Order: sequence, then structure tokens, then C-alpha cells
Amino acid sequence: MRTRSHEPIVWSLFGAGGVFAALLGTMLVLIIGILVPMGLGFGPDAMHYDSLRSLFGHPLPALGLAVVISLFLFHGAHRIYHTLHDLGIPASKRMMLACYGSAAAGSGVALLLAGMLVVF
Amino acid sequence: MSQTRTIMIECLRYDPEQDQAPHYRTYEVPFTDEMSVLEGLQYIKDHLDGSLTFRWSCRMAICGSCGCMVNHQPILSCQSFLRDYYPARIRVEPLEHFPIVKDLVIDQSDFLGKLESVTPYLVPAQPLTPEDGPNLQTPRQIEDYLGYAQCINCLLCYAACPQYGLNNAFTGPAALALLARYNADSRDAGQKTRMEVVNAEEGVWGCTLVGLCSEVCPKHVDPARAINRNKINSTQDYFLRFLAPFGRGS
Repeated sequence: MRTRSHEPIVWSLFGAGGVFAALLGTMLVLIIGILVPMGLGFGPDAMHYDSLRSLFGHPLPALGLAVVISLFLFHGAHRIYHTLHDLGIPASKRMMLACYGSAAAGSGVALLLAGMLVVF
Repeated sequence: MSQTRTIMIECLRYDPEQDQAPHYRTYEVPFTDEMSVLEGLQYIKDHLDGSLTFRWSCRMAICGSCGCMVNHQPILSCQSFLRDYYPARIRVEPLEHFPIVKDLVIDQSDFLGKLESVTPYLVPAQPLTPEDGPNLQTPRQIEDYLGYAQCINCLLCYAACPQYGLNNAFTGPAALALLARYNADSRDAGQKTRMEVVNAEEGVWGCTLVGLCSEVCPKHVDPARAINRNKINSTQDYFLRFLAPFGRGS
């Protein structure tokens, strides 16, 4: 009897993070890195602190931001974990804890900060 | 008749009953444009050193017997031509990641066990007899598995797979592609029995999508695609079993 792998849990987070990275990541680079600085299609205030602060003061955008950050982190953690394995560093509980643990901790911080944006 | 030239073929030699460790021997082989690496090896065996041992059969990339490493790349020696390597010398070694029986012959037992573990045959939903007539399929139904059915068990994908090299508990590309081949067949009802192999750590989850298996496959089977599509099935199975713990198998 083979034991069932629990990898589907992290793999689905990795997959979701990958989709967000491919779709949202490129869009964010385009908007923040190119369009806004060049003044194309966005007003001069688009990236100002006040407008972003008021946007993420609402619960839904704040939660969305935290979720996207969290999925990015899990995506990166999963890649690093498997790349280390590919490089011949054997997979261990400690390495797993370091990779996914930091993604989980980062997600916690993101959620906490998103909560603070809404509350304060 | 094309012009004859001479190429140096460096072969790994190893006879476990006599040699302490594998070593290399170089042979000067005259060749013509139409000669494959396999024909180069056959020339060595027929004219230079009858003790050189290697597997071969069909000479036309169908039987999957003559796989070996040429200049560290897994290839079918019948499908690669000496003219493409000339004037450089070539180094011929047995397929990586497998124990050597003698010279270029590897021990395939590990793969054969894995092949058996994926139930690589049709499991009908009900027992059928010849009286039930032919089991018809539409062209579309054939298309679902035909690509995966091209596998000739040549093991180039196992020699290419770094995951199998790191940990040979991994079921590996060819066996998992054949698993997908039978699961995709409309005449088969054995998905449930194969799911245990899919779901295991050494099943599809042993793969990190390096993709070399698909690159080296001489029959364009694309095992990497087969394995990663089954990751989706395994993920569904992992979570959906909590929703429907009884009766759900695939």
C-alpha cells in the first residue's frame, strides 16, 4: 500500500500563485513600472499614497491584496523547495518548514497589515 | 556508395565478473554516410572486439532496445548517425541511472516492476467474451490515448530524468505516461486501481516538471504532459474525497 502524498495542498497554492503571477504580475509591472511613470492612461494621482490608501481601506481590496501576496509567497516557496531538491539538496522536514513556513508567516503578516489598513 | 571515413568511438566497457570498475576503450571505425551509431557498434563487434555487448533488434526505432548515452545524451543508437558526430570522437555509454549488466547492457528490472505497478493493460468494466463482438471506438476516442500509446519502453526518459536519478523510488516518466494512456482509453475502467500509484509521493508527485523526458522521447510521447495532467486529477481526488468519501475513486 502506497502512502498518499499531501503535496496537492501546496501544489494547488503553487498553481493558484502561478496563475496570479502570470496574469496579475505582468499587469502590475505594466501599470506600475511603465504606464503610470510614463503618464499613459492613468492620471498623475493614480499611484499617490492617498488614493491607494483609500482604495485599500475597504475590506475587499485589502483582503484581495493579502490573498495575492500570500499566493505569490506560496508559489515562490514551492519553487524554491523543489529547486533545492533538483540541485541535490535532499528534501527534509526542516527545509519544508523553512520554505512553506516563511510563506505562511509572510501570509500572516500580509493579512495582519491588510486588517490594519481597514481598521485604522 | 558514399565515401568511407574513420571515426573514433569510445565505449564504456564493464564486465562485473572481471573488472573492478567500468573503463573506456577506443575503437577506430570506418563508416559511410548512411551508418548509424548502432552500425558502428556492430562493426566493432564483428571486426574489432567480439566481446563488446549491447542490445539491439529492429534497427528502425520501433523495438526500443538500443538506447544508450552518446556524448552524455540518451538516444536510440539506430536513430543517430555517425556522420553527425564526425570529425569529433563519440563516447558511448550505457543508459544512465540503471545498473550495468555488461558493457552497454543495463538491468531493466526496476522499470519492469514499475511498469507492472501501473496496471498497463485494459481493465474492462465487465468481463467480455468474443461473443460480445468488437469493442468499437470513435477516431476521437482513439486520439485521446494514441500519443501515449507510442511508447516503446526504450528508457531514454528514465536516463534523462533527474528526479529518477536522485531517487529511483519515483515511478518515472514512461510508466506514468502508460498509466495515463490506459486511463484515457474509453474501453478501460481501471482508473480506480491506478489512482493509488498516481496519488503517491513516488507517483506523479515525484515529478518537478523538468521536461527532459519529453525532449528525449524518440516517439514524441510527452510523458511530462501526461504526468502533470494527472497532478490535477490527483489534486481533485485529494480534496474531493472529503466531499464524497464513499464510492469516489478517480
